[in-house]
Amino acid sequence: MWDNALILVQAPIFNVQLLIDGILIGALFALAAYGMAMVWGVMNIINIAQGEFVILGGFITWWLSTYGVSPFLGIPISFVALFAIGWLIYKIVICRVVDQDLFISILATFGISILLQQLMNVLFTADVRTAESGLGTMYLFDGMVTVSEIKVVGFVLALILGAIVVVFMTRSKMGQAIRATAQNARAARILGINTDVVYAVTYSLNAAICGAAGALVVMVWNVQAFQGLAYTVRSFMIVVVAGLGNLPAVVGAALGLGALENFAGFILGIEFQMAFIFSLLVVILVWRSLRLKKQRKVLR
Amino acid sequence: MTAFMQNKPLLYGTILAVAVAAPFVFPNFQIQLAYLWLMVLLATTWDVQGGQTGYNSFGNIVFFGVGMYTTAVIQRAMFFDFDEYEQAAGTLDAIGASDYVISLAVGFGASGVLCVLIAIVLGSGVLGLRGHYFAICTLGLGIAAGEIAGGIDFIGAGSGLVTPVFPDGLGPKGTFFYFIFFTLCAAVHFTLKRLYAGRFGLALNAIRDDEDKAEAMGLHTTRYKVTGWAISAFFLGIGGGAMGNLIGFIDPVDTAFAGATFGVWMVLMTILGGKGTLWGPVIGAIVFHVTQEFLWTHLFGWQRVALGAIIVAIVVFFPQGIMGYIREKHPHLLGLVVDKSKRQEEGAA
Amino acid sequence: MNLLSVTDASKAFGGVIANRDISIEVPEGKIIGLIGPNGSGKTTLFNSIVGYHPLDSGSIKFNGEEISSLVVPQIARRGLLRTFQQTRIYGKMNCVQNMLISVPHRNTGFKHMFQKHSADEIDKAEDLLEFVGLYSKRNLLAGDLSFGQQKLLEFAMALMNEPRLLLLDEPTAGINPTLINGLIDRLKTANQHLGVTLLVIEHNMRVIMNLAEHIYCLAHGELLADGSPDEIQNDQRVLDAYLGAH
Repeated sequence: MWDNALILVQAPIFNVQLLIDGILIGALFALAAYGMAMVWGVMNIINIAQGEFVILGGFITWWLSTYGVSPFLGIPISFVALFAIGWLIYKIVICRVVDQDLFISILATFGISILLQQLMNVLFTADVRTAESGLGTMYLFDGMVTVSEIKVVGFVLALILGAIVVVFMTRSKMGQAIRATAQNARAARILGINTDVVYAVTYSLNAAICGAAGALVVMVWNVQAFQGLAYTVRSFMIVVVAGLGNLPAVVGAALGLGALENFAGFILGIEFQMAFIFSLLVVILVWRSLRLKKQRKVLR
Repeated sequence: MTAFMQNKPLLYGTILAVAVAAPFVFPNFQIQLAYLWLMVLLATTWDVQGGQTGYNSFGNIVFFGVGMYTTAVIQRAMFFDFDEYEQAAGTLDAIGASDYVISLAVGFGASGVLCVLIAIVLGSGVLGLRGHYFAICTLGLGIAAGEIAGGIDFIGAGSGLVTPVFPDGLGPKGTFFYFIFFTLCAAVHFTLKRLYAGRFGLALNAIRDDEDKAEAMGLHTTRYKVTGWAISAFFLGIGGGAMGNLIGFIDPVDTAFAGATFGVWMVLMTILGGKGTLWGPVIGAIVFHVTQEFLWTHLFGWQRVALGAIIVAIVVFFPQGIMGYIREKHPHLLGLVVDKSKRQEEGAA
Repeated sequence: MNLLSVTDASKAFGGVIANRDISIEVPEGKIIGLIGPNGSGKTTLFNSIVGYHPLDSGSIKFNGEEISSLVVPQIARRGLLRTFQQTRIYGKMNCVQNMLISVPHRNTGFKHMFQKHSADEIDKAEDLLEFVGLYSKRNLLAGDLSFGQQKLLEFAMALMNEPRLLLLDEPTAGINPTLINGLIDRLKTANQHLGVTLLVIEHNMRVIMNLAEHIYCLAHGELLADGSPDEIQNDQRVLDAYLGAH
């Protein structure tokens, strides 16, 4: 471990490599985190199945690519497919737990997460899958730093998708209805907003965003049936650090997490990268909680 | 029926008789029956956090895994050279029966103590989190533990760790561990029964019902939460140690920190049986374990998918569980008296 | 001796100044009232005193000790309790259990956690339930009681905790008017016979004038006036504040 750390000190160019790779993948984390913040803020539900939506989106794109469909087409297809799946899940499960206590909503999304994980395992096996984008590699800094073109394209597409969603939320009528409901559901209902539809759209939109992110993930990286939880935890960490309403902070935290994760994977060894992510979650939460305690507050 | 359930000595006596006889009456199912008591243990300990205190822990499996590894390491350290650690994946020479039992006892002791210490240290930080945060944090803990264990060479890393071969002279392996798990369950049951009847149970329930209020009344909430976790940790640690020996081979993610199986099941069983009750987890574990056998044989390949669906179904449609259902529809079975009169009257009677 | 001394307490939430330099004194053994129109900062002051949120500036001394940096349970264990406006009790436990868990937890060691409830504690719980008129309902789940009954239960639980100072947030709100006299009597009994000092937020003028020996009036986050009930009732500033002429 110290050897690896030493390399970073002796050859600074590696830091650039890790940083760039990390930031590029971070944009995908930002998408999933934004979706999670949306569902959390509007419906007060923490979607533990968030990561599974991402992976599922990736699998759908991969599966289509085995039939010759370009994975880039997979992005909108996964978006739509996950929107439909999200709607279905909302109608069957989520609508019943929206106004219930925390205990039930967390267990419900936990159950959905298990269900989806195992379903993907049965349908797609536990193999790691990736989709060929057909793009090449760029060489920077005299060839010392390699950047896959797909990572850059993925980054840009993620930002574009994010921008589209933000515009939707601020300009469209449904977007405004969603934000109104987030602030005060009862008032929104009194003013004629159908909160049930708002919740359904919110949850499905979240699933769709994750699906599109997943399509990007399967091109840029890979997906595996049981990797979902890592994405859920990443999204959660980002939202906790950035705060629910703060979009620039979400993006910043997401890019930062991507970079941090990459560095950790290099220094600690790739087999500890997952351990790092989950341990980081514990550290962030406990630290936050202890800090708030000094101010007589509790993390709510 | 009510009389039977109210007559405690009769009830416990019957359970004891059935439990002691079971492995001899059904010798082919000894291991299954041992697992049954393991399930009861997992559910009962989970209920201390999930049902009584209102803290959904997805990380209780950490203690199970730590206990499993600790016992195995102690056993190996007592009777084998440290050189053989390099061959963690190979088989070990058999040791004598009395040596084995002693190593188990020492291992269990160490597991219990270590798990309690971990609960105290982790708990002081993690139990300060509420609701969502606690749940997800413990979820992270459970996975992190498995991943970290998978990277430590000393305990076999990803290749796993082998436990000592079960020696001759102790009877069938299944029966031996059946009684170990049964004894653990009995110990946990009576410990909790005593605690729930006194201040400890009330404190946990107060924290569950309104933690802010409990704090505002001066309750040492952290003390109670951590102690509750330590109690669960103790029994889970020993249970893990026993399980490692029963299976014979410890895999960090599949056997020890088995979040995807035991970690999920302990939640499901408790809710199914009725969280927050002493018998709910027991009933839930029995129903689940028996049904699971059925699921395994008929839904092969899809049983875990079905499990996910069942969790959702129970949580959404049947959150009160079996005990909760009985309490509502047939309270007399539990000896409860419901006074529905004069509920609307305000103020002094 | 002043049991509670609040000096220049200030608290702002974002741009809204909820309390500005408020100073009040609560002598031991007395009943002190805190009145003011809605939004004047009364509950914020309560919350600052009991430790619910940090004070921006100022000092709060209880029994001579500075408590503004302590957390809620620590303050509660020193004998300073409060009741909530939206009555809070433990819904899934019955009344007796609610009472039993409300015994004082100060200076309790590790072993205290594992004890069974003593006969004394159970007797005291039942006595207090009798005192508030809930004895016949003692085995019902607290969550099944009516709002007024829950308020009484919360009061009984507070008494069970043997507080030195009890902060009551609108104790008569939502209570059937015919039952208010009974509540006032109980508050006075608690004060005179059990020695509990009371600081009471109230909107019901009849109640507070009858109950309190000294009254503080807040308006717009500041201390407007204080004095005996007669003085307050005749203070033009107080009348203006309530009727909105400014």
